[in-house]
This record gives sequence, C-alpha cells and structure tokens, in this order.
Amino acid sequence: METINAVQEEIVEEFSMFDDWMQRYEYMIELGKSLPLIEPKYKTEDNIIKGCQSKVWVHADLKDDKLVFTADSDAIITKGIIAILIRVFSHQHPDAILEANTDFIDKIGLKEHLSPTRANGLVSMIKQLKMYAIAFKTQLN
Amino acid sequence: MDVQKIRKDFPILHRKVNGKPLVYFDNAATSQTPVQVIDTIVEYYQKYNANIHRGVHTLSQEATDAYEASRQKIQKHFNAAHAHEIIFTSGTTHSINIVSNGYAELLKQGDELIVSALEHHSNIVPWQMLCEKTGAQLKVIPMNEDGVLIMSEYEKLLSEKTQLVFVNHVSNALGTVNPIEQIIKKAHAVNAEVLIDGAQSAPHIKADVQALDVDYYVTSAHKLCGPTGIGMLYGKQSALKRLPPYQGGGEMIAEVTFEKTTYADLPHKFEAGTPNIAGGIAFGAALDYINHIGMEEIAAYEEKLLIHATAALMKIPGVKIYGIAPQKTAVISFNVDGIHPYDIGSILDKLGIAVRTGHHCAQPIMDYYQIPGTVRASFSFYNTIEEIDLMVEALNKAIQMLQ
Repeated sequence: METINAVQEEIVEEFSMFDDWMQRYEYMIELGKSLPLIEPKYKTEDNIIKGCQSKVWVHADLKDDKLVFTADSDAIITKGIIAILIRVFSHQHPDAILEANTDFIDKIGLKEHLSPTRANGLVSMIKQLKMYAIAFKTQLN
Repeated sequence: MDVQKIRKDFPILHRKVNGKPLVYFDNAATSQTPVQVIDTIVEYYQKYNANIHRGVHTLSQEATDAYEASRQKIQKHFNAAHAHEIIFTSGTTHSINIVSNGYAELLKQGDELIVSALEHHSNIVPWQMLCEKTGAQLKVIPMNEDGVLIMSEYEKLLSEKTQLVFVNHVSNALGTVNPIEQIIKKAHAVNAEVLIDGAQSAPHIKADVQALDVDYYVTSAHKLCGPTGIGMLYGKQSALKRLPPYQGGGEMIAEVTFEKTTYADLPHKFEAGTPNIAGGIAFGAALDYINHIGMEEIAAYEEKLLIHATAALMKIPGVKIYGIAPQKTAVISFNVDGIHPYDIGSILDKLGIAVRTGHHCAQPIMDYYQIPGTVRASFSFYNTIEEIDLMVEALNKAIQMLQ
C-alpha cells in the first residue's frame, strides 16, 4: 500500500487537471460514488459524526495492523468529501493516520470546507477518523 | 418603492461572493443593515459614547436622551401604551427567557402552558426548562400538512389550567402567518396570558400591541435592519409588574442594603447592568428607516417577490415547497426530490447565492414532514425579481450537477 503522503499527492494531481470549482465539485461527486459503503448494520446513531448538517456514518475495522474504513452520507458532496478522506486514510497503520496532516485539502481547492464552523463538518470527520486510529492503536499494543 | 434606490443604502449588497455578485436570500436569519443605521452606530462611538442613566455630564445625558428617544420610537412603532412597557434586551431569545424565568415563580404543579408546533427552538426550550423546574405541563397545538395550525385542536387544549400561551406570529421555517388575534382572544377567555414571538413577523407585519391586546410581544432588531445583540420585550404594564425580575445588578434597583433590595420601576426592573447602548439607539434608527419606506409598501413588494419565486420554483421538476399557508410572508422552504438540502446550499453558495439550509432550529417541523431539513430562501424589500431569476438559474445548475 502507498503511504498517506503518496495518496494525497495522487489526489492533488488528479484535482489539478480542473480549472474551475464546478469541475472539482463534479469530480468530488464522482469520487463519492466509489466510496466503500458502510454495512447497513453499522449505520447507527452512534456511528454518525456530530457537527455535520448532513448525516455521515463511519465504521472502521482492523485488518492485520491496518485500519479499513467504510462510510456513507445522505448528501452527495459530503459523500465525496468522506470518500476522499477514506481513500487517504484507509489501509494505513493507526500511527500513520495519527501523524498525517491534511494540507492536501487546501491544495485541491476545498479550503473553504476546512473551516471548523463550516456546517459540513470536514474537521469533525478528520477528528473521527483519527479517533478510530487512537482506539485501534490501543488494541494493537 | 424604488428598489434600486433602496439598494444603494446597503453597502453589503454590492459585494461579490466567490466571484459572483451576492444574492442575499437569508433575510429570515438576519437582515442587512443600511448606511443610515451603520452611521448611527459610528456617530454614537465618535461623538457621545457614555454610560447612561447615571452620569451628570453632557455625554451621559446625550447618550441617555438618545437611548430613551429610541425606546419611544419603539413604543410608537408597536403602539404600546407606555414607553416603560418596552424593555431593551439582547434579542428575542433573551426576551423569552426573561418571561420564562419570571414565570418559574408564578407557576405551580398542574398548571399548563401551550405552545405551537411551528415554533423555533428558542420558543420551545426555555418553556421546557420551565416545566422541568415547576412541574407544569407543556401542550402543543398541532399543524396540518400545509403548515397551518389546527385551531379546533387549540381550543381543546385551553382550560382553566392554562396559564400562558406562546406562539410565533410567523414561522421562521415555513413563513406561515399564525392567526394570533384569535389565539390571544381564546387564551384570554380562560384568563391565560399570551406571548407572541415577533422575530419573523416584525420585518413584514406591523404589530399593534394594544389592538392585539397581547400580554407580551418580543422581537430582535437584527431582523429589522438593525444591529445584532439588541431586541425588545414588550409587556403590558400589569404583566410586567407581576413578573419577577430576571437578573440582579446595577440599574434594576431602587435601594440596596444588605438586608433588602427594592427593585426599580419599569423598565429598569428588567434592565440590569450597562445595556447595549449603541444597539438600542440604532434599533430606533432602523425603525425610522423602515417606516420611511413604509411597512405597507414593503409588504406589498415582498408579496410580489414571493409570488414570482413560488411560481418560478414550482416550474422546476422535483421541487416541493413546504408550508403553503394562504397567509405567509416572503419565505420559501423547499427541497428537490432526491437531493439533500445541504448539497443545494453548497452549490448555490458557490454561485453567490446565500440561502439557509438545515432544520432552521425548528426540528419538530422537519420531523413532521420527515425530512432532514430544507433549503430556505427568504426575501426582503431590497431584493429583486432579477435576483430570484438568478437563484432559479443557479438552482437548475445545481440540480444538473447533483442528480
């Protein structure tokens, strides 16, 4: 598996092909369609990420020593955002997830979504993925 | 009404958002501020900023005079019998909390309060807290599919146990105008008091508190072209005298000893501490501005915007409008089949159009329709037909992207 940085660079490169926000959003929506979907039994209230105007469910499993994320959202832009995050963080070791920075969001022209007050809760999503990493790290030790 | 001339008074309407001219359709959340009001605030800080009601010096006198003149403007606008029936607050929520906190001492176990199904959270939560404290019961007037309160159900809820009825004049989420005249009359018939939340109605419908015979009427200046952080509580003199004070502090006392404090007369009994003086003065300036244009002219013009927008949105396949009361203000809450309101709001923002998405702090209404939220476009007298057409165009673009 590639490193988190390598995946991020790959995504930045893909997004650099587009000139305007509309194409970037359309691509993000496309990426949302390839999101590894959460199993219906995990689509519970407990797995909803707080702080989002739309619903986002995330579930994590440990495979060997790597975390594998699945998710879903009822809004398609949000689904695109979580799909990008999962592509970056899935199949990685909890340590790598915890160390990762998320500057690439800015580079792909989604900076406005990084504001903590933004209702889509991108910040909450990143926090939740990292929380899973902390939880599973304890298990590994 | 010359809308192009009016728009010149609002500097913010000429800015760009995401490279596009701003189309501001979130007026139900907060209205924009004309230069006349902005200048009032600037002038206060530049020329006569001082604490009021205490100082003997000139600045304090000038500030006190301006603040009290503003109270009189508010009294006149809402036709209150006395200026001291107008209490300055930080806004509608604060006003409601003054009444609900005072009521904590007036209620006993078994008393009942009535609320409508169309309320904003700020007109639900303080009363729920009050019920928890006092053991009183909260009853809800249900609404129908059109977003209209079912008055026959209201009548069934009223009894000698009813102490207070609180209803908004206009629903923030749907724009429904509630029949407050009837609501007040029927409540008074069982000797209950009535609080009307005018946060959404005050910009569109002038309330005459004496004609309504309402006990409490509350609103915020920032929905009325005024600044944020200032609002009012109107209470009938007899009601305010009965209501215990909410906060203790300076200004609200007549005499203080360590044995006993006696409270000041109205309105100071409810105005503890140094108030938002600039805001209070600007509130009056905002009413001057609106009255200069004319509330009736404003209502007639906004009605045109509402009709145009409703017709245009209904032409778009898959659009469902929530709240189709025969009496409504210039608010349209809608969804597009199969698309989350958040997605639409995000794309519209990219195209320079500011709408609200979400549950609008009225979750019970969203639960009724079993939806996560809506897109809400709310219009003001400085909006134009052309702006509505821009929104419709942007919405079509959004639907194309999202479907």
